[in-house]
Amino acid sequence: MVESRVTRVVLRLGAGATLAFIYLPLVVIAIYAFNENISQTWPIEHYTTKWFGVAWRDESVREALWTSVKAALGATAIALVLGTLASIAVSRYRFFGRETISFLVILPIALPGIITGLALQATILNVLTPLGISFSIWTIIIGHGTFCIVVIYNNAVARIRRLSGSLEEASTDLGADAWQTFRFVTFPQLRTALLAGGLLAFALSFDEVVVTIFTSGAQQTLPIWIFTNFARPRQLPIVNVVALFVVLASIIPVWIALRVAGDSGLTSDRPGKEALSGALDAEP
Amino acid sequence: MLLAGPLGWMVVLYLGSLFVLFLAAFWDTEPYTSEIVHTWTLDNFEQILEKPVYRDVAWRTISMAIYVTIADAVLAFPLAYYMARVASPRTRSLLVVAVLTPLWAGYLVKGYIWRTMLGEQGVVNWLLAPFGLSGPGYTTAGLWLTFTYLWLPFMILPIYAGLERIPGSLLEASADLGARSVRTFWKVTVPLVFPAVVAGSIFTFSLTLGDYILPGLIADEQFIGTVIYGDHGTALPVAAAYAMVPVAVMTAYLLVAKRLGAFESL
Repeated sequence: MVESRVTRVVLRLGAGATLAFIYLPLVVIAIYAFNENISQTWPIEHYTTKWFGVAWRDESVREALWTSVKAALGATAIALVLGTLASIAVSRYRFFGRETISFLVILPIALPGIITGLALQATILNVLTPLGISFSIWTIIIGHGTFCIVVIYNNAVARIRRLSGSLEEASTDLGADAWQTFRFVTFPQLRTALLAGGLLAFALSFDEVVVTIFTSGAQQTLPIWIFTNFARPRQLPIVNVVALFVVLASIIPVWIALRVAGDSGLTSDRPGKEALSGALDAEP
Repeated sequence: MLLAGPLGWMVVLYLGSLFVLFLAAFWDTEPYTSEIVHTWTLDNFEQILEKPVYRDVAWRTISMAIYVTIADAVLAFPLAYYMARVASPRTRSLLVVAVLTPLWAGYLVKGYIWRTMLGEQGVVNWLLAPFGLSGPGYTTAGLWLTFTYLWLPFMILPIYAGLERIPGSLLEASADLGARSVRTFWKVTVPLVFPAVVAGSIFTFSLTLGDYILPGLIADEQFIGTVIYGDHGTALPVAAAYAMVPVAVMTAYLLVAKRLGAFESL
């Protein structure tokens, strides 16, 4: 340890301050959800749980919640299939343009969200609509699926890199076809990585708004519901409740994913290492 | 075979979309009906280069990205350093989870929280009142605070990873050779971790350049994102041409970052 005692105390204080900065606003939103008053002044005078009931009975909130859940499930499913296929291809086979795949997969989240959104919208209007796919839950799923692939891909690639290919070779030597090898050898080893990736993809989709605004048409997801209602003063208590719900719905899967990724691999020396690489590449 | 699905999806859908957007930047707009005319023109780019509004907004957005990046690097460093070199392994993994967990927690919700907190009678003013100060409110400075908050984890994680990779023996060698800790920090640690800071700045930069929602929530001025968003319904070609500005800035930035060795730190 090179750091002196004083340095360590200073670092501890600095680290504590940064952590407080990260978590304080999340605590504030949790407190606001219990604010009885319609005006959002601080400090809060009276506390109540009545807005949770009001939000639960609100038709538009329910509809938006349902849309969000459907979109997140659909996008996660697409990302799981395409991300797994791409990761196996890239890590187990050599072919022309292999390096380009990683770059291509990361592109939708490396470019600013407004570019991705605008580009997808232009395609939906000019190409998909004439083909019969106009703005609907499907266009939301297509958009979300596109930027969720990278999360699955990164988690799966990190896992496959640590597995030895000899098990698969043994399986092939013993006469299993490609599907049997995948089903009984590769998949069981990938399972926890895919579970963690899937949870992260779900959280990413549930929370997304930048691209969704361009691809949703008249459909409302929960974040879009907040976006259209935060400017209406009378709706603010419900917005607070929905906001708390969205925070929890995106925190809990990520937390579980980190635990799963951390506890899974016997070879994993650092908890959450895979999820770390997946999360680093993701933008809100 | 395995690749047909993912490749088809990405190439046809995504690259195709980007290409359509790129083409749209060269299309013309009928001035009266604001309908898109598919004739090739450079007028859109000419407009963006010549109208001072577009230049001012671009410059404001880029300076915002720079200020946000600096603030995030300053805030991220102590925590990242503590995680990498002081904390016990157990605390370290807890801290990694603590930083990662809220990374995706409601981008919009976080923006909304800051809108609430920065309000006239919000938490920020309440905290500052005893010191006779008041918060920035819904201004560009308030937006800077919000951006800094939102992108902070994207800076902490690469710096942490970068610091963790520095062998402790290098720092000990520096100390053995008589360098004081401040000198070791500036002469050994900082140069070694600099690529990681650049890697983190790719995120803070890109995210700030492309954002169109937070300026509408909090700031009172226009940014690249809000201009594109405002134009895209009525004048898609101009919006598409303006969208090439952040793309160009990010491409240049990525090339510089690659030269500085930031990609190995991702």
